[in-house]
Amino acid sequence: MIRFDTVSKAYPGTTRPALNTVSLEVLKGEFVFLVGASGSGKSSFLRLILKEETPTKGEIHVLGQHLNSLTNRKVPYFRRNLGVVFQDFRLLPNKTVFDNVAFTLQVIGKSRGFIQEAVPDALKMVGLAGKSNRFPHELSGGEQQRVAIARAVVNKPAILLADEPTGNLDPATSAGIMTLLERINLSGTTVLMATHDAGIVDQMKRRVIELISGQIVRDERQGGYQTQAIPVQGFGAFAGTTDPQEVSK
Amino acid sequence: MRLGLILGEAGSGLRRNVSMVISVILVTFISLTFVGAAILLQMQIGQMKGYWYDRAQVAVYMCTDVDNTGNCTQAAATEAQIGNVEAQLNSPTLAPFIEKYEFETHDQAYANFQEQFADNPIAAFVTPGDLNESFRVNLVDPTNADVLIESLSGSAGVQAVEDQRGLLDQIFSILNAASYTAIGVAALMLVAAVLLIATTIRLSAFSRRRELGIMRLVGASNRFIQTPFILEGVFASLIGSLMAGAAILAIVKFFVQGYLSKTLGATTTLVGVSDAVVVVPILIVVGAALAAASASVAISRYLKV
Repeated sequence: MIRFDTVSKAYPGTTRPALNTVSLEVLKGEFVFLVGASGSGKSSFLRLILKEETPTKGEIHVLGQHLNSLTNRKVPYFRRNLGVVFQDFRLLPNKTVFDNVAFTLQVIGKSRGFIQEAVPDALKMVGLAGKSNRFPHELSGGEQQRVAIARAVVNKPAILLADEPTGNLDPATSAGIMTLLERINLSGTTVLMATHDAGIVDQMKRRVIELISGQIVRDERQGGYQTQAIPVQGFGAFAGTTDPQEVSK
Repeated sequence: MRLGLILGEAGSGLRRNVSMVISVILVTFISLTFVGAAILLQMQIGQMKGYWYDRAQVAVYMCTDVDNTGNCTQAAATEAQIGNVEAQLNSPTLAPFIEKYEFETHDQAYANFQEQFADNPIAAFVTPGDLNESFRVNLVDPTNADVLIESLSGSAGVQAVEDQRGLLDQIFSILNAASYTAIGVAALMLVAAVLLIATTIRLSAFSRRRELGIMRLVGASNRFIQTPFILEGVFASLIGSLMAGAAILAIVKFFVQGYLSKTLGATTTLVGVSDAVVVVPILIVVGAALAAASASVAISRYLKV
């Protein structure tokens, strides 16, 4: 599904790479938390998957595509298989909830008939069926994030990337969002979520990948925000020797 | 569906940027008007060349009593010398180049002079004897004037052989300079127009960067993202070029055909509305192509993935 093979990413003008020889594999249907301090490389990791950035070194394979050699012209078509959710929702303020979700389908050329069916389904799934004609500023933060999630999944992507989706929300609302993400995961979508929210990570007991200064220091199944269980891999991760078979079982 | 969406996006961009769009329209309008004027001027030169070169003659001036230039020694050309020149014009070597020739006597030259300089005091001082007798030769092909000049310049009693096209060329070079000036001004204005279009499109893209970001994120194709912006630029400059086309038509109809042709009378031919009609599509194509090119360059920065 997603495979990183000794991937490094250094931004121009800095000596310290954002990601340093990272290797890992995420399988279909997994729910993965990406934890680590700000600047540890979580966002760079997600941007690499989206091919918003190209790695300085190493190979990235996502959904059977070799991202290093994906041409710019094909990137849009590749991205149609990914859904993305952000901390700041990124909704269009002058469009209604329905239009915000429909917009993503319109711009990739879906038919009006498909949009009329898919959008209400997605809104119903996130629990906003009755609010399709409201504008984003009329909704609470949690509801806005639900709209963003509906927008991310309306095209039934294989992978959902979430960059601190609960960062702006209170714990109760966050829990609601997590339930939603879990349900999306259960329907077969691989979910990759970068987060600082220790409570959520501890409670969900899913695979946790911890990054420090661009290196994977921990990759454990059913992990917590801080190390509790015996790591699946040791500090060999520093050298980028993660065995994908082992971690993704 | 998609076409409607693209047109809608372009329309909303135009509405949001009205003042910039108006400035694009005006700058394109003025620059393309200059381009059109330059093209018309070139057409005018072409037409005048065609008209005047057909009428341009080679004049073989014979000596008068007062001349000591050329082959003259302050003695008027004799009958024999004139006859000799005429015989050369009729000879098998020169005859094929010559369509027809006329001989202008002192008296005819005097009559023409009096007519041309009727308002000029000099007319009173000139006597028929001061004016050259001359052969006025029309050539089959006016560009062969050199043949005549070479073979007659040396003949006795000939003061000078003059190709009148030389006089016309001065006029044409003035007109040429004017048209190059127009082209220069047009080029500068077009640079301004191109930069202005690029700026407008950048501004428009910047005000829609949220939408653009989301479009890129969800996988809208580059063509889908850039088309509204290109349409926006093309639309603005198209209005400008249509206005320029209308201005060119109006200039030809009311200034050239209306004012100039009345003032100049039938002395020369002038470009007509049919010529202007040829210029208009050129302007429209130039305007649209420039706008499309500069808009697509401007938007490409927002398409980097």
